[in-house]
Amino acid sequence: MQFNVKLFAYFRDNRFKERLSEYPEGTTVEDVIRSLDIDLEEVGVLMINSRHCTLQQEPQEGDQLAIFPVVGGG
Amino acid sequence: MADKIFRVNMTDLTAKVEDVPEAWMGLGGRGLTSTVVAAEVDPTCNPLGSKNKLVFAPGLLSGTTAANSGRLSCGGKSPLTGTIKEANAGGTSAQLLARLGIKALIIEGQPKGDKWYNLHVTEDGVTINEETETLGMGNFKVVETINERLGAKTGVITIGPAGEMKMLAANISVKDPDNHIRSNGRGGLGAVMGSKKIKFISVEPTMNKVEIADPEAFKTANRTFAKALVDNPITQALAQYGTNVLVNIINEAGGLPTKNFTQGQFAGHEAISGETMHDTIVARGGKPKHNCHPGCVINCSQVYADMQGGYRTSGFEYETIWAFGADCCIDNLDQVAEADNILDDLGLDSIEIPVAFAVAMEAGVLEFGDGAEVIRILREEIGKGTPLGRIIGCGAGSVGRTYGITRVPVVKNQAIPAYDPRAIKGIGITYATSTMGADHTMGYTIATNVLGVGGSLDPLSKEGQVELSRNLQIATAAIDSTGMCLFIAFAALDDATCLPALIDLINARFGIGLVADDVTNLGKTILKTEHEFNLKAGFTNLDDRLPEFFKEEPIAPHNVVWDISDEAIDSFWDF
Repeated sequence: MQFNVKLFAYFRDNRFKERLSEYPEGTTVEDVIRSLDIDLEEVGVLMINSRHCTLQQEPQEGDQLAIFPVVGGG
Repeated sequence: MADKIFRVNMTDLTAKVEDVPEAWMGLGGRGLTSTVVAAEVDPTCNPLGSKNKLVFAPGLLSGTTAANSGRLSCGGKSPLTGTIKEANAGGTSAQLLARLGIKALIIEGQPKGDKWYNLHVTEDGVTINEETETLGMGNFKVVETINERLGAKTGVITIGPAGEMKMLAANISVKDPDNHIRSNGRGGLGAVMGSKKIKFISVEPTMNKVEIADPEAFKTANRTFAKALVDNPITQALAQYGTNVLVNIINEAGGLPTKNFTQGQFAGHEAISGETMHDTIVARGGKPKHNCHPGCVINCSQVYADMQGGYRTSGFEYETIWAFGADCCIDNLDQVAEADNILDDLGLDSIEIPVAFAVAMEAGVLEFGDGAEVIRILREEIGKGTPLGRIIGCGAGSVGRTYGITRVPVVKNQAIPAYDPRAIKGIGITYATSTMGADHTMGYTIATNVLGVGGSLDPLSKEGQVELSRNLQIATAAIDSTGMCLFIAFAALDDATCLPALIDLINARFGIGLVADDVTNLGKTILKTEHEFNLKAGFTNLDDRLPEFFKEEPIAPHNVVWDISDEAIDSFWDF
């Protein structure tokens, strides 16, 4: 199964902006984050296909998973 | 020495110093400006006439060593919206005014002739002087001129050519620690200052200190408060990417209004994002972080450098970059930075004007994405006060009316900023019900709707949005009275030590015993005072509505419309 992972802010440092990869069925958002060696505590916002999601959610074929650190502005 | 009210009458060119009325003692910042405006300004008056007043007030904690306490509130009746208005800014003047013992500076009346004036503020009072040299000057040149005339430590509060021409999007700018400016941006208060024929206000530097009732308790509370701010991860992200870190996240959420609010995502988002901006600033030798006032520990501002590494602009905010970027489809950060710098110099609201440009683009005045033409119009039309320049300089509503456009994103004639209310519904409640027209800072539901700060609430759901906006608007009104930057709210919403420390600071400053409920009640009272003014000015609940097109035109990618009922909006005021 393939889905797209997008990283933002300093999560991109030494990683990537966006990458389409192959994942086993049943991969959770948390699995993806751990595989990227991102500290779970630093994760602020997660979205699949522009909707907020949980760590336990399983992205599907062709999904867009966006991972943001804790950020704010205004 | 007790704080005083400094009052200037521009009709007879007199100034006096008054004791602070008992009822105003516990107020500062927005709480004080709105109370004074509600008490002294006829709500039905012409905002550019002699009956309107312009009120400046430092916050309750301004002038102290409390972190982030240097915001200056400015209030009056807005010529843009016709409502009450408070706009606050950083810079150095709030702290100077507080240290001079000035609770508020109230400017009333209007001179009869064509002469212009400056006001010079010292601890003894205000002198009114005829001004000629700086007339027609942009804000940067005004600051440079006053620095030469009165010394570089002098506080400067100024209007640019837009304020002199009484354009309804004209702002008031305040000199910052680097001799650039920060602005009381929204609602056209620069036009009110221009209507009173005041080009600038200079504030004498002082070594005075603000009296603290309990210095030890103050120091302890400040340590806790500053730590809560510094330790907060959002504070750290703001220092690295500025507020512009939001471009990518709001785009991802489908709430980035694009091409005059016809789409919720912008194809060119990466080019204008906080990540790109940070890399560009670092590569060119600019400053990724910068403070807008002394004592700020957040440093969300930055100095954006040009290709040669020279100054291009600073205080380069998400909302401005969104508006020129996504809303006008200009995917070129250098052009956006140049436009931002021109707006700073002319003294114009950098939300209202680019939103007005997007409406003008829809009208065919220029093409979407034509950054060079935007820059030309700013310099040649708005800067010179041509008819087209004045139409755009009076805001998005003005452009829409002039060209017969119906997709005009305004509430109470003030431009809607960088978050689409169809896709992020809480902010729609804030736009609709804010006492000052559409303004995200009045109740920043993005925190909870998108960023997961202060809990989380689905941005697409209708449930809970009124309550969220109400609670945030109440808290914001209170924070705006302290002189604190609103960005302390990110720590206050999620760090249990932050808000108690802020209350301890106020208590130690004045020797009083406020509790959390008092602060909430202060926020409620301010909102009700402002609302009452607006009702007396002729506004009704029917003005608390979003423009029609939000209900009728679904926005991609979520393909949603604005669907919160009028009854639900009206229930906002049930408190």
